[in-house]
Amino acid sequence: MNSKSNKVVSIGHARNPGMPLDLDEVLRYRINRSAVESRAASLAGRRSVKKQWQAAWLLKAVTCIDLTTLAGDDTDGRVRRLCAKARQPVRPEILQQLGVQRLEVKPGAVCVYHNFIKTAVKALAGTGIPVAAVSTGFPAGLSPLSTRLAEIKASVKAGAEEIDIVIERNLVLTENWTELYRQISKARVACGAAHLKVILGTGELGTLNNVARASMLAMMAGADFIKTSTGKESVNATLPVSLTMIRMIRNYYELTGFKIGYKPAGGIAEAKTAIQYLLLMKEELGNAWVQPELFRFGASSLLTDIERQLEHCASGRYAAYAHQPLV
Amino acid sequence: MNKSVTEIFRSLDYGPAPESPEQAALWLETHKHKFQLFINGKWVKANGKYFASQNPASNKRIARISQATKADVNKAVSAAHKAGPAWRKLSCHQRARYLYALARLVQKHTRTLAVLESMDNGKPIRESRDIDIPLVARHFYYHAGWAQLRDSELAQYQPHGVVGQIIPWNFPMLMLAWKIAPALAAGNTVVLKPAEQTSLTALYFAELCIKAGIPAGVVNIITGAGETGKALVAHPQVDKIAFTGSTEVGKYIRAETAGSGKEITLELGGKSPFIVFADADLDSAVEGIVNAIWFNQGEVCCAGSRLLVEESIATAFYAKLRKRMSKLRVGDPLDKAIDIGALIDATQQARVSYLIAAGIEDGGKMWQPKTRLPKTGCFLPPTLITGVEPASRLAQEEIFGPVLVAMTFRTPSEAVVLANNTRYGLAASIWSENINVALDMAAQVKAGIIWINSTNQFDAACGFGGYRESGYGREGGREGMLAYLTPKAEQRRPALKALVATKLVSLKPLTDSLDRTPKNYVGGKQARADGNACMPVITPAGTLAGEVGLGNRKDIRNAVQAAVKAVGWGSSTAHLRAQIIYFIAENLAIRKTEFSERIQLLTGNSKAKARQEVEQSIESLFTYAGFADKFDGAVHTPPVRDIAIAMNEPLGILGIIAPQTSPLLGLVTLMAAAIAMGNRVVIIPSDIHPLVATDFYQVLETSDVPAGVVNIITGQHFELAQTLAEHEEVNALWYLGKAGGVKAIEQASISNLKQVWSHGERETKWAQLSPRRVLEKATQVKNIWVPYGA
Repeated sequence: MNSKSNKVVSIGHARNPGMPLDLDEVLRYRINRSAVESRAASLAGRRSVKKQWQAAWLLKAVTCIDLTTLAGDDTDGRVRRLCAKARQPVRPEILQQLGVQRLEVKPGAVCVYHNFIKTAVKALAGTGIPVAAVSTGFPAGLSPLSTRLAEIKASVKAGAEEIDIVIERNLVLTENWTELYRQISKARVACGAAHLKVILGTGELGTLNNVARASMLAMMAGADFIKTSTGKESVNATLPVSLTMIRMIRNYYELTGFKIGYKPAGGIAEAKTAIQYLLLMKEELGNAWVQPELFRFGASSLLTDIERQLEHCASGRYAAYAHQPLV
Repeated sequence: MNKSVTEIFRSLDYGPAPESPEQAALWLETHKHKFQLFINGKWVKANGKYFASQNPASNKRIARISQATKADVNKAVSAAHKAGPAWRKLSCHQRARYLYALARLVQKHTRTLAVLESMDNGKPIRESRDIDIPLVARHFYYHAGWAQLRDSELAQYQPHGVVGQIIPWNFPMLMLAWKIAPALAAGNTVVLKPAEQTSLTALYFAELCIKAGIPAGVVNIITGAGETGKALVAHPQVDKIAFTGSTEVGKYIRAETAGSGKEITLELGGKSPFIVFADADLDSAVEGIVNAIWFNQGEVCCAGSRLLVEESIATAFYAKLRKRMSKLRVGDPLDKAIDIGALIDATQQARVSYLIAAGIEDGGKMWQPKTRLPKTGCFLPPTLITGVEPASRLAQEEIFGPVLVAMTFRTPSEAVVLANNTRYGLAASIWSENINVALDMAAQVKAGIIWINSTNQFDAACGFGGYRESGYGREGGREGMLAYLTPKAEQRRPALKALVATKLVSLKPLTDSLDRTPKNYVGGKQARADGNACMPVITPAGTLAGEVGLGNRKDIRNAVQAAVKAVGWGSSTAHLRAQIIYFIAENLAIRKTEFSERIQLLTGNSKAKARQEVEQSIESLFTYAGFADKFDGAVHTPPVRDIAIAMNEPLGILGIIAPQTSPLLGLVTLMAAAIAMGNRVVIIPSDIHPLVATDFYQVLETSDVPAGVVNIITGQHFELAQTLAEHEEVNALWYLGKAGGVKAIEQASISNLKQVWSHGERETKWAQLSPRRVLEKATQVKNIWVPYGA
């Protein structure tokens, strides 16, 4: 494996080497949408964290955020502001009131377009926060494969330690599994030591069965994380889609012994929703998957809402948006 | 409690998430934790003592509840009786307003009701808050609609009068709603007795009735244990008993009310299968099991307590299940993040523990996760027992606790056999992504409720109730409303008198041609009566018209056996059944003259009247042939993405004791209705004019009726009906025979809780009998929930 970068995050578990494509395994699983929706809907009512538990879980959520800016009007200035927020995601006085000033609370990564990797790397110097880049013709993923692979290599070279790629949705919809496997495998090689997050574009896959199949295939092809969406589809991360994907992560773990991470992205803007995701991970997969090594939110405004809730936990008063430094 | 944020950040533990009991406590305080009976719109002091209501999670007393004595029960029934006429006189709209008010009040008081329920019963607050109480409100809303629509949609029916209702402790408030809402919507007045372990929400509901302005006496709540229930069941002014609870008590109620003319509906126990095929969404099926058997601590009559897994995936599936079980949290019911609360009391806890031990003794392999249990209170961990064989006690007995027993199957047909290998038939859950397999199973499993790829779905719009010893009657849906109504036309019929055969006056040669030997008709063949004895058939003039076989127990046994073998009739097409019934009519019409002469001779009726009976019989055959493919079920509309199909299914094997009079019309009508719906029948024809029936089997023989579908045994009504009533392969009994037989038959029916439909010792007016009513008695409703979603 190509290992040019030496700044790789330590992950505390063996990295997924992938496995040969086993189509029987990919196609074996059946997902019942109604049953999945019903489990997803009842989860929020089954578990609840209050008081200091709520504060601790919210802080955990902060560490799992891939603080993201992926807009057409991104500039160096915008990226620097995001990185500044990453350095200090929660106001120090809140941390102090909660008695956690010694806890290292920082987001999982900062996620930007290729062109801003260098800006971000520089702005985050010394923090240990990795930079993630969306490569491979984000968000449609339809540029030539050679271009996409070159893009990955360029991003890694520019200092990205995590690469979020998008799959060609058409390969799922037409069940061209071997080609999809080939493309992801190549992306994995191109990543080298950088971690590979595979975006399935679940909002464009049509069915939960397709989501499950694409998930299993991506893991076989060597994904370190599987991720729901680009944030640009009309439907992004949902709890039923998440449940489907993380159950496939469990199946892959049972099959191979390798732990794959999960990243829901798009539309997660409230602290309450973030907690629900953490609960889902804990209940379905266990504590190991409620850590930034294996779980990330693709979000930005989420942080502000979490900060407000943390302030509420600390002070007992409901907090204002304008009091939280802009993300 | 004193864990620091940092510690929790590292451990990711759950903390306490308590629901506040404050409002519920306040209410208990205003009553000084001591409750009286709610009779005639007021709190009334009981004649009996007080007994304690305990919180099973803490074993602490929450309140003192009144024990209603027989005198108190009399008072309540009399209040309900007096309130009846005015309540019935209200317009449908006025009653609808009251039910609507109750729905709104339940909704407004959800929090307090939920907390009270969890305190009293031990169920997790999540369930009482998210499931029980919202379903209660929904039930009242739904039935406000039926109250409004009763006269337009159910015009030919009227309420029973006073309904006595006895409910269990597992869903105290929900069962109250299931009982009271339809009863009031139909126009009945009620006396309800909650289970002695859980009276509080019913007493709280009494106050909601006051707030809703329900007229005094329309709803009465009396508390107490078994003795109170017994007095209610025995009270002569109670017109109908509705009961939910154990099969044992259900049988007691059936025996106790036998011959009293009281209508009864029973919703009893179950041992419902949860069937998982290899092609199911296995992770969702595991979650389904959580909702099937660890919902309400497994204290659910329709709990999916018997897991049937396809053998090829059993090991992997059990592993998934064990992993999931380890995540279940057992503890304080008022904690919002608890999955399993406390069992109802120490007795139940001991019983379930005993049954677990029995399962291990029978060779089952028991597994429990290392779940932390509270030190006090009636708690048990979730339990899985694999390798349970049908011969094990645990495969047959209802456990009513958080215990799942599991066994494997190889093929869909084996799954059906295992699923049906039980005396119960309440519910079944079927998991497969193959719609062919799932629907085929749904059709074949004998249960009142089938959930495909889901479990424990409840809604007021869908009928709930069982087959076999799980009871009879439905709650919810149109079928549930019918349980609280009775046809107007069946009222005020004159009392039936038993007829005895005329004495023989003169003995003459039986026939001027060749001797005839009328036999029984069994399995499509004429069969000589087992006892080789015969009984005389005497005309009103006192002459011997002939001799028919004197049927005995063994003839009944043979006839039932023949019916058992004719199992294919139930799944034959309705079109085919119609064709055969039309063909019977055709062949009867050919022999019209012969039959009318025979009827004229035997009954002494005029020629015209005898001809009319034959004509009416032919018409009746047409009616039921016509209905064979028109007595449709329904598609209910519960508030979920689901097709909920209510299917009318045959009861199975039906014993019919035909009336003494109208020897052809009675027999033909009952037979035609029964077989049109797919039942197989064993008929005891008129005991004084049986020669009509023995002539009639010749018509059957020429009409392509498959062997065993119709069997005819001539003989004495009481004796043969008793054997039929006791026969455990017979699913239902229609007794329209000799007067004086109903009580004994109803009593004898309890062995397998067969449904009995009788003349109630009153004359049958064939012209007034609505065919739909007869068909309702010939079928049972199976509700199949089919969720969908691509």
